[in-house]
Amino acid sequence: MTAMLTATPGQTVGPFFSYALPFDRGHELVPPGSPGSIRFHGVVTDGDGTPVPDALLEIWQADADGTVPTATGALRRDGWTFTGWGRAATDDEGHYSFSTVPPGATNPAAAPFILVTVFARGLLNRLFTRAYLPGEHLAADPLLASLPAERRDTLIATQEPTGFRFDVSLQGPRETVFLRYPGHRA
Amino acid sequence: MPSVATSSDGAATSQAEVSAEIEAIEAAYQRAGVEETQPRLDYAPYRSSLLRHPTKDLHHADPEGVELWTPCFGPRDVGALEADLTIGQRGEPIGERMVVTGRVVDGDGRPVRRQLVEIWQANAAGRYIHQRDQHPAPVDPNFTGTGRCLTDDDGYYRFTTIKPGPYPWKNHRNAWRPAHIHFSLFGTEFTQRMITQMYFPGDPLFALDPIYQAITDRKARDRLVATYDHDVTTHEWATGYRWDVVLTGASRTPMEDS
Repeated sequence: MTAMLTATPGQTVGPFFSYALPFDRGHELVPPGSPGSIRFHGVVTDGDGTPVPDALLEIWQADADGTVPTATGALRRDGWTFTGWGRAATDDEGHYSFSTVPPGATNPAAAPFILVTVFARGLLNRLFTRAYLPGEHLAADPLLASLPAERRDTLIATQEPTGFRFDVSLQGPRETVFLRYPGHRA
Repeated sequence: MPSVATSSDGAATSQAEVSAEIEAIEAAYQRAGVEETQPRLDYAPYRSSLLRHPTKDLHHADPEGVELWTPCFGPRDVGALEADLTIGQRGEPIGERMVVTGRVVDGDGRPVRRQLVEIWQANAAGRYIHQRDQHPAPVDPNFTGTGRCLTDDDGYYRFTTIKPGPYPWKNHRNAWRPAHIHFSLFGTEFTQRMITQMYFPGDPLFALDPIYQAITDRKARDRLVATYDHDVTTHEWATGYRWDVVLTGASRTPMEDS
């Protein structure tokens, strides 16, 4: 469906968001170390491979059985309710980290992914990407199939003993694939 | 092609040089004749963007699964007092008390109901409560400059705050940002997520600012400028501004939304 109205432009999150947007336990979709929890983390780098210490990432995902959460309370975490959404700023080494659960597939044919949004000083509009969990089900995913192999890999998280690693490269030889959805215009 | 700096160290560059780059890009945009509605990610006059913009085209994705849905927020997340940035401290903040209100709609004009809106801003002197802000203007002990609210059943948000001041930054020599309020918005689908900045009408710094001018289209830039509205202004209390937000089109239809 073609939108009738032109969207308001985005702007950079700027350098001064860290006292405003991050909130207590924002990066803890589930308490770290709780049964079934995983770590989802990585480093954000720029075109020189230098870590980006002033980026903000948000993730949005289904729960472990593939249900899309509808519970409120992400901003006031009670430690029990899974809201599916979290927010984490990068640290001085460009590193971000969430504790969450591995998302289930929202339908039996789909490859599960965590939706990642990136904001940063110097980045004039937000970027969307998907972090797929590694596994054989990826072969049938239409988005992954539409990418050359070397670019496809930027969307697949790496399994680790404690969870998954997903590095984000804003620019450069391993530039992450960022997404444009049908409603988005230049 | 105009020559542009390749370093993000802008201290030696003058405003005149940056303004010339801005004007050259806008002139080329107008010659090209293809309408743009969003900021360019690759916009050299904003030096910090040089190494932080993707060089490859954004890849088309048909939204699926969680992309068709959005996080839910409720009264448990946002207290009613968080929409008033002038209270909650020991005293009154200094500056022009103002109300900013508007409506959040999707690309089809449907109101975005009961959804989170977050703002943050400098104080009246142009200073943020942030340790990295070294601008030698006074911190206001009665103003943190952060607020949150949920839109109402018609998609309206409303904040009471202090009009922010312009402030200097280090993009180039004598660089100043126009006064602005940062807005963070969610839609009915996560692909509508956006963060932007709201500006004030008639700001003399508009033409000089590479962040604002990264939106090469004049009509599109104007969408970030609030309107002074005397019907929002209240008697002997606060000035009033109106600023509406249109998010990108949603993929789900209202029927599916039930």
